[in-house]
Order: sequence, then C-alpha cells, then structure tokens
Amino acid sequence: SRSQNVFGKGLLALLSRDKLDDDTWDEVEETLIGADVGVAATTDIVGKLRERARIHGTATATELRAMLADELVAALDPQMDRTLAARPQDGRPAVLLVVGVNGAGKTTTCGKIARVLVADGHTVVLGAADTFRAAAAEQLATWAGRVGAEVVRGPEGADPASVAFDAVKRGIDAGVDTVLIDTAGRLQNKVGLMDELGKVKRVVEKHGPVDETLLILDATTGQNGLEQARVFTEVVDVTGVVLTKLDGTAKGGIVIAVQRKLGIPVKLVGLGEGPDDLAPFDARQFVDALVGADA
Amino acid sequence: MFDTLSDRLSGIFTKLRSKGRLTDADVDATAREIRLALLEADVALPVVKAFVARLKERARGAEVSQALNPAQQVIKIVHEELVATLGGEARRLQFAKNPPTVIMLAGLQGSGKTTLAGKLARWLKAQGHQPLLVAADLQRPNAVNQLQVLGGRAGVEVYAPQPGNGVGDPVSVARESIEHARRQMRDIVIVDTAGRLGIDAEMMRQAVNIRDAVDPDEVLFVIDAMVGQDAVATAEAFRDGVGISGVVLSKLDGDARGGAALSVRHVTGQPIIFASTGEKLEDFDVFHPDRMASRILGMGDVLTLIEQA
Ligand SMILES: Nc1nc2c(ncn2[C@@H]2O[C@H](COP(=O)(O)OP(=O)(O)OP(=O)(O)O)[C@@H](O)[C@H]2O)c(=O)[nH]1
Ligand SMILES: Nc1nc2c(ncn2[C@@H]2O[C@H](COP(=O)(O)OP(=O)(O)OP(=O)(O)O)[C@@H](O)[C@H]2O)c(=O)[nH]1
Ligand SMILES: [Mg+2]
Ligand SMILES: [Mg+2]
Repeated sequence: SRSQNVFGKGLLALLSRDKLDDDTWDEVEETLIGADVGVAATTDIVGKLRERARIHGTATATELRAMLADELVAALDPQMDRTLAARPQDGRPAVLLVVGVNGAGKTTTCGKIARVLVADGHTVVLGAADTFRAAAAEQLATWAGRVGAEVVRGPEGADPASVAFDAVKRGIDAGVDTVLIDTAGRLQNKVGLMDELGKVKRVVEKHGPVDETLLILDATTGQNGLEQARVFTEVVDVTGVVLTKLDGTAKGGIVIAVQRKLGIPVKLVGLGEGPDDLAPFDARQFVDALVGADA
Repeated sequence: MFDTLSDRLSGIFTKLRSKGRLTDADVDATAREIRLALLEADVALPVVKAFVARLKERARGAEVSQALNPAQQVIKIVHEELVATLGGEARRLQFAKNPPTVIMLAGLQGSGKTTLAGKLARWLKAQGHQPLLVAADLQRPNAVNQLQVLGGRAGVEVYAPQPGNGVGDPVSVARESIEHARRQMRDIVIVDTAGRLGIDAEMMRQAVNIRDAVDPDEVLFVIDAMVGQDAVATAEAFRDGVGISGVVLSKLDGDARGGAALSVRHVTGQPIIFASTGEKLEDFDVFHPDRMASRILGMGDVLTLIEQA
C-alpha cells in the first residue's frame, strides 16, 4: 500500500476506477456507521449502492451522496403507513400503549401526543401505569395539567395492569377520544418486567383491542436498539416507533435496521423537552440529516 | 446473532498453527475482524480506528505462543489493551480536604443522574458519611419529587428549597446548598442537575454556573451504556463544556455491549468510577475494567479459557 502512494492518486485514477473510489466508499460506509446504522445494514446498503454506481457508470462523490440518500429512503419504505391510530372508533376511545427502556422519553412523549390531540379538539385520558419509578405518576400528572388531559393514577406500588385497566375504563365511561397509557421503563432482558408488560396489555384488552403500541427509542441508542425493538415486539406487538431526542447530535440510524429487520415504522420524532417538540417522521428529512452533516 | 469474535478469528488462523509468527496478512485480517467486533459493540468509529492501529502495532511483533492458539492469543492482546484503555484499576472518589466534599452530576436527559444521586447517597451513608442531596434540576417535570423520594429511601436529607417544574434558579439552590451543608454538618454534597444536550449552549452555561457556584471535587458524567456512536460527540461536549473528572456508566444491567465505555474513556481521559446496574438504590458497584472489556468483546467464557492456558 505504501508503494501506491508514490504514484499518487492521479495516476491511480487512470489505472483503476475501483481504487479511485475506495476512499469515497470508505467515507460512505463511515457516515452510516457513525450514525448507528450498524455494520450489517451498512454493508448491505453500500453493496446495493456499489451495484447502482456500477450500472450508472462513474459517479462523483456528490452524486454518490444523492444515491445513498435515495437508498436510505428506500430502506425506510416511504410508502409505509405512519399515521397514528389515535382517533376513536365506534364510539370507543382509541387506546395507545407506550413502552420502552428506562429514560427513553415515554412519559414526555405521552404528554406531547396528548398535547397534539387536545389541540385538535380531542379529549384525552393519561393512564399512569408506571407505578414503580419515583414520582413517575406525578410527572405524568404534571404533563396532564400542562396539556389539558385527565390523569388516572393508582397508589404507589399498585399493580400497573389494574391502573391501565382503570384508565381505559375511565376513558370509556367519560366518552373521551383517546387513552394513552404510560408504562414503567424496563430493559428488554428483564424477563419478569417484560412479562408484567405483557400482562398490562392483556388486561387492557379486556376492554377491546389496543389500537397502537408505541416503542420509544432514544436516538442516542446504538446497536442495542434493534434488540429492544425485537423483544418488545415479541411481548407486546409494537406497531410504531417514536424516535426521541433527535434534537441532539445523535442521528438515530438504528431505526433503519429496526425497519429493515422487523418492519416497524417510525411514526413520530421527539425534538425537545417541551410540549410542542413532537413531529411526524419524515423519511427524507431524517435521511438528509443523517447523510448531510459531513457532505 | 453474529459469530463470536473467537470463531471468526479461528477461521483466519486455521493455517497458522505451525508457523512461528503472525504475518502482516494475518494481522490485517485480524484487525478487520476486531474492527467489526468493536463497531458491533458500539465503540465509536474514531476510537475503533485508534485502538485497532495500536493493536496492529502490538500484534506485528508478537511471537505465537505455545500455550494458546493464535486466535486466543490475539484475543488476549485485545483484552489486555481494552482493560488498559478502560483504566487499569478502579479509582476512588476524591474527597475534599475541608469538607464538605462536593459531587456534581451531569449528563444527557434520562441517563440516570437522579437515580445515581440516590445510590451515591445511600452508599456513602453506609460508609459513615453524612451526605446531603441537592435538587438542582428545576426543569424536568417532578425531578425534585423524584429526588425527594429517593432521598427518603436512602435516609438522606434532600435540600430542595425550590419546587422545580420551571420554578426556581438552580444556580442559587446549588450555591446555598453548600452553606446549608455546613450548617447541618454534612460532609458530602451531591448535586443533581437537569439533563442537557451537548449542543445546548445555554444549558451548558447553566451547568458551568452551577459548577462555579459549588466548586465541586468531582464532576461525574453519567452516561447510558446503551449509547452508540454519539458517545464521542456528547463526551467531548461535556468535557469542553462543564468539565468532567470522572464517568459513571449506567444501565449496565441491560444487554448492550457497552462500547460507549471505551469511547468516553478515550475522549475524556477520565476514569470510569462507578457502574449503575439497576433501578434500585443498591444496584450500584465500582467499575471493573476487566469485566467491561470482556463484555465489549462479548466473550467472558473465552477469556476464562485463556486465563487457564
Ligand atoms: N432533548 C430531548 N429530551 C427529551 C426528549 N424526550 C424526552 N426527553 C427528556 O428525557 C428525559 C427522560 O424522559 P421521560 O419522558 O421521563 O422518559 P421515560 O421513558 O418516561 O423514563 P422512565 O419512565 O424513567 O423510564 C427527560 O429529561 C425528558 O425531558 C426529546 O425529544 N429531546
Ligand atoms: N435498569 C436500570 N435503570 C436505571 C439505571 N439507572 C437509572 N435507571 C432508570 O432510568 C430512568 C432514568 O433515570 P433518571 O435517574 O431519572 O435519569 P436522569 O439522568 O436523572 O434523567 P433526567 O433528569 O430526566 O435527565 C429511570 O427509569 C431510572 O429508574 C440503571 O442502572 N439500570
Ligand atoms: Mg416515564
Ligand atoms: Mg434527573
């Protein structure tokens, strides 16, 4: 490899296209890995990209970026339905279950979603089924007050499933539009806690089906995010991801692997700690932020 | 999900048994596998590069030992380098000559600061100290209540003169807490702060102001073990923003490989002091670099074999 440098890039460029592009390809790969897309998904996406570049003849680095962005958007399947099932049906409130690992942003996201719904003229009940973490119910109650929703809570240490059940019951009795159930954070490798979550869902379903189960994924999460999505889906059949904390420097690339492997779409993104810092997921915007920074 | 690193390395080394030294080609092939293993464990890319370069250097000269097969030997070298990078032996907390010792906690939102405050308080109390917890997160909804509950569980006083939820000035609370601690004869002050992003300049300034108000003996940066590539950017931001004297890795009871440990250590140069390993106050341990190295490599069992060879 040292001898190649003697010739310099100019000559090499004439001699071999593949060699010419090596640095560029490395850079493409590093962009993806640096965004937490992961080695497997990156290898796959870059492989497809190389194929396309070969078919199209040469590509400049800029063209390559554009092709990469297209490839990533395709991986995120923009056709996928990303609407939130949060509207009442047949006079029964929509029921949303919010799950995820500790500190990902579940309670905050409940508050933000309620805010959007209330602003749209809907009525919302928030169920404080995190009966475990210190002051978790108070935190949700604060959010409820902030956004104009009702909160249903039980005593500290109460059975989370029964609080969730009561919240939905209250929602039905009061004829509200949406019930959002906040659950305690749990790491997906804790079998007992995952069983508990399964029970919460089963008990809630005595009132009828859960319309949406949202997994909250922190954008700073690395490769473990895929495992989170896999296990939570196994236990409570996740229907959508909310990618939080995208207002920081993290790119959240793990959701690409999550969607490729498990077919679970990102529906919403969290962009701050305030009530209005929630936005629909836009694949193109997300990808531009992912590849754009070092373009 | 993937083959273990030892399987992959064994593949590379099948022909090597009889040879005496690792060839350059062996070393390159090995380096590629190590690079992949580290990336899959969420070690940040620039850190992986630096680490692999150092490793190649060391592997080039290495004799192939009799006792170990080449794959094991490389893993042993990698493990040793990882342990060295992660900090050799654990460091203790630095205590002030004139009490109170002040420990300030800082980190991203949801990383585990408030929980750690409770854990530290409980742990230090058990060692005969008289800690005071300070509620200087007046932003996150009910952060003050959360700390009060944890303080109650730890049997430690919580200084919370302001209600929080947007009301009160965290810098004044922090400043006054030191006076309060002196009056109450507390020898350790643990200051819980709001979560903040590295790029939030205003919030980082607030952290600096809290720091300047309490003149801490330790600024502990609390980082979630599940964090991926962003560990570098965030650790740099806190290092340059508020300054870090030590690191705490949280949520190590999960199954993330925890490559962030290596990234943070590389970026800050500061020791990882504690491991937070659960939601309860007793789920807390000093940090063990050797265990972390095995975890990052995903191969505790292989290492046991190597130790025995
Ligand atoms: N910057 C930023 N911070 C966020 C976002 N979403 C939540 N947070 C913050 O992250 C921290 C944790 O949020 P919570 O909503 O309490 O998270 P949780 O998943 O309910 O946590 P547990 O119930 O303890 O498991 C809080 O400080 C929130 O303000 C976001 O989109 N951006
Ligand atoms: N499993 C596990 N959970 C933890 C650990 N440390 C903290 N947690 C949980 O993670 C969530 C966030 O912890 P907090 O202590 O509130 O984090 P924080 O950094 O104070 O959060 P903000 O103040 O919102 O920035 C809570 O649900 C904690 O119970 C840990 O080591 N293991
Ligand atoms: Mg919560
Ligand atoms: Mg806190």
